[in-house]
Amino acid sequence: MAGVGSACLAVALLTALYAVGASIYGARVGRREWVTSGRRAIYCVAALAVTAFGLLEAAFLRSDFSFALVAEGSSTDTPTFYKVTALWATQDGSLLLWVTLLSLFSTAVLFLTRRSLRDIAPYATAVLGCIAAFFLLLMVGWENPFDTLATPPVDGAGLNPLLRHPAMMIHPPMLYTGYVGFSIPFAFCIGALVARRTGADWIRATRRFALIAWTFLGTGIMLGALWSYTELGWGGYWAWDPVENASLMPWLVGTAFLHSIMVQEKRGMLKVWNVSLICATFTLALLGTFLVRSGILDSIHAFGASTIGVQFLVFIGLVIALSAGLIISRLPQLRSEAKLDSLLSREAFFLLNNLVLVGLCLVIMWGTFFPLISEAITGTEASVGPPWFDRLVTPLALVLVLLSGIGPVLAWRRFTPSALRRILAVPLAAMALALVVLLAFTNASDSPASLAMFCLVAFVITVVSQELWRGTVARRTMTGESWPRALGRLTGRNRRRYGGYLVHAGIAVLFLGVAASSAFLDQRDVRLRPGDTFEVNGYQVTYRQATAKVGGDSAGTGAPISFGAVLDVRKDGKHFVMRPSRNYYASPDPSLGTISRFFEGEATSEVDVRWGLRRDLWLAVRPDIGSLEKPIRVADTKFADSSADVQAFIIAALAERYRSDPPPAAFRAIASPLVMWIWIGGAIVVLGALVAAWPSPEARLRRVRSLYSARLGRELSRA
Amino acid sequence: MDPTRKRRLRLVVALTAAVLLATALIYTSFSASTEASKPSEIKPGRSYELTGKVVNGSIRHVGGDLRFRVRDRDGTASVPVSYTGVVPDPFRDGREVIVSGELQKGTFVAERDSLVTKCPSKFTKDEQSS
Repeated sequence: MAGVGSACLAVALLTALYAVGASIYGARVGRREWVTSGRRAIYCVAALAVTAFGLLEAAFLRSDFSFALVAEGSSTDTPTFYKVTALWATQDGSLLLWVTLLSLFSTAVLFLTRRSLRDIAPYATAVLGCIAAFFLLLMVGWENPFDTLATPPVDGAGLNPLLRHPAMMIHPPMLYTGYVGFSIPFAFCIGALVARRTGADWIRATRRFALIAWTFLGTGIMLGALWSYTELGWGGYWAWDPVENASLMPWLVGTAFLHSIMVQEKRGMLKVWNVSLICATFTLALLGTFLVRSGILDSIHAFGASTIGVQFLVFIGLVIALSAGLIISRLPQLRSEAKLDSLLSREAFFLLNNLVLVGLCLVIMWGTFFPLISEAITGTEASVGPPWFDRLVTPLALVLVLLSGIGPVLAWRRFTPSALRRILAVPLAAMALALVVLLAFTNASDSPASLAMFCLVAFVITVVSQELWRGTVARRTMTGESWPRALGRLTGRNRRRYGGYLVHAGIAVLFLGVAASSAFLDQRDVRLRPGDTFEVNGYQVTYRQATAKVGGDSAGTGAPISFGAVLDVRKDGKHFVMRPSRNYYASPDPSLGTISRFFEGEATSEVDVRWGLRRDLWLAVRPDIGSLEKPIRVADTKFADSSADVQAFIIAALAERYRSDPPPAAFRAIASPLVMWIWIGGAIVVLGALVAAWPSPEARLRRVRSLYSARLGRELSRA
Repeated sequence: MDPTRKRRLRLVVALTAAVLLATALIYTSFSASTEASKPSEIKPGRSYELTGKVVNGSIRHVGGDLRFRVRDRDGTASVPVSYTGVVPDPFRDGREVIVSGELQKGTFVAERDSLVTKCPSKFTKDEQSS
């Protein structure tokens, strides 16, 4: 089977190269059949990639350890869900996932545009073929996911325990879908530049793909944050880690792109800016994929040195050089069709929002690469910490939220200050009210930045509500529909507009959570014996008893040993129980004793979170297994060659010993307000993006009409 | 205002903003950064961000303290570390760590909760198994 898989990849590489050659040749000499053939070659690449993916997935499912990748990343006792997902926890497998998603997306977009964009599509096909060929080449040449082992081990090493979390396993595909999705508008942009068709056609054809890519990337980032919050055992959701930053940068520039293409669609302006933005977004997406693999930056995630860093750098360099060269050579075609009429216009505010987003991206990029920069300049590797990021990002984020409230209600071209006053009067009043209430009843003034953010959030949400309210009222007076129906129809007829409003409201809600939880959290680190009590933010937390479970933890990660604690929490007469624990995974190191290897392997925190709309209580436990050290050592020598059953019995006895006479355990408790709203805000953003991306019936009708008239035109000209 | 002057003005404003941002970026990053140093490089009297690998078999728990030695990534020079606070999940023999603190009487006394451990490489084989 491994041979078939390798063959699939090799054939896919050749097919992708053929697609590049055929579509360029067809476009140059004007032979449509070659273009069609090139497009169909991309469909073939997709079919081959999916086949290879399926073969590898099947090998994971049946635990075929003759595949090096399966032996490395899975094992017979890995739960089935994690067997499926272990494929993309490995370097080679993740490359295969990348190329599979890329070829599927390419197929979708090329199929949808097969009858339109005749000048641009062949070159876009070639670009997509090039990207696919690069990733396939990486696999064929250096990181073949179908490498086999001459002597398959009896059992595999198992999936890294830290990755055994539902969010972490959905997170990479989401992120990749985002990265891959941005290659579609990039390819069509390059196609438009080559073909000198620099109107808004390529934007209209790929806008939806950009939006979908943006949504997936955002969801991926959110899931990563959720994983960090519930799995890593430190209690935060964002740490400005290089790998996190790598995914945020393309998202920020992609956000700028989604806004500025509207200006080109409506007013024919900002063309150079748009093509530069999408090229930057795609380059950053590649950079994100690369950073995770290169090991050039110290990161908590540190994926270690890899063999394909240089290839990636060469490819990124080529992408930058070629797109920059192409943009410069096409500058005459990229001239604006209109001029900025006034600084008081929607396009001016969009431009401002773009500058802030790109500025944010530059700040994050500078901080991320600072260790390399400082080593180049001063000779010593130095790094900037989260406080530096917080200090620079906070003001920019505040401006961004403010703009997200003002931008959407402005008119194109020019608006009068009096109209602006009329629209913003209520939201400004809401903002002032929020300020007064927060100052009077809360301690929000302790953190001026958070206070400012709270007020801005009130402003944005009022703007959005007011817009929805006005639209619904107007529609009701016109049609006499019921309230919900009027609201639904209003949104349905202007999906892009109202979807966008929802996204803005969601971002505001998300920032509400971020501002509250980052400035006003309460954290305690304590060591407790059973019966001890401590207090955090008004919660009385009592360590009732220790728990020890052998053979399967409650979260279903397949950990052999799990030590934990039962805690009673009381607040305001309410009582609930929390059960954080810590999982221990056996080490594969044969030099360790038969028993001690079960305690010396990986260990992960399984935190318990009491979710709440107002406040989360987050608890993690770190049992002290030092007291078991002596009996473990004794067991190691006594039962060195014992059978698995005896070992299981000994471990059960050790666990029972821990449970009945536990030493003091270390606890970390965090009470952070409004964290839940980060996830709720994220969900609202996704919902809004879906509304905006969903094709409306009118748009479909328009598309059919335009296709029809295009065909009519063609046939008339032929006649 | 005539259009060319207006355009030039706009350009100047944009460039000034960009230069200001860049200056702020460069200034704050160089003043806020901490140097990462290897165990063989640190001296008493100032604070460092120590990076290196945990020496095999050196981890001890003394009361609430964690004691271990950190050695150069590619060398043998090492320094004892005394640490309190939260220990990240992946902390283990042989792992790469980053910890802030300063050298006092031959021991690197770490700031509370400053220990960062690199994940055991998601995309490479575990050292122990290879």
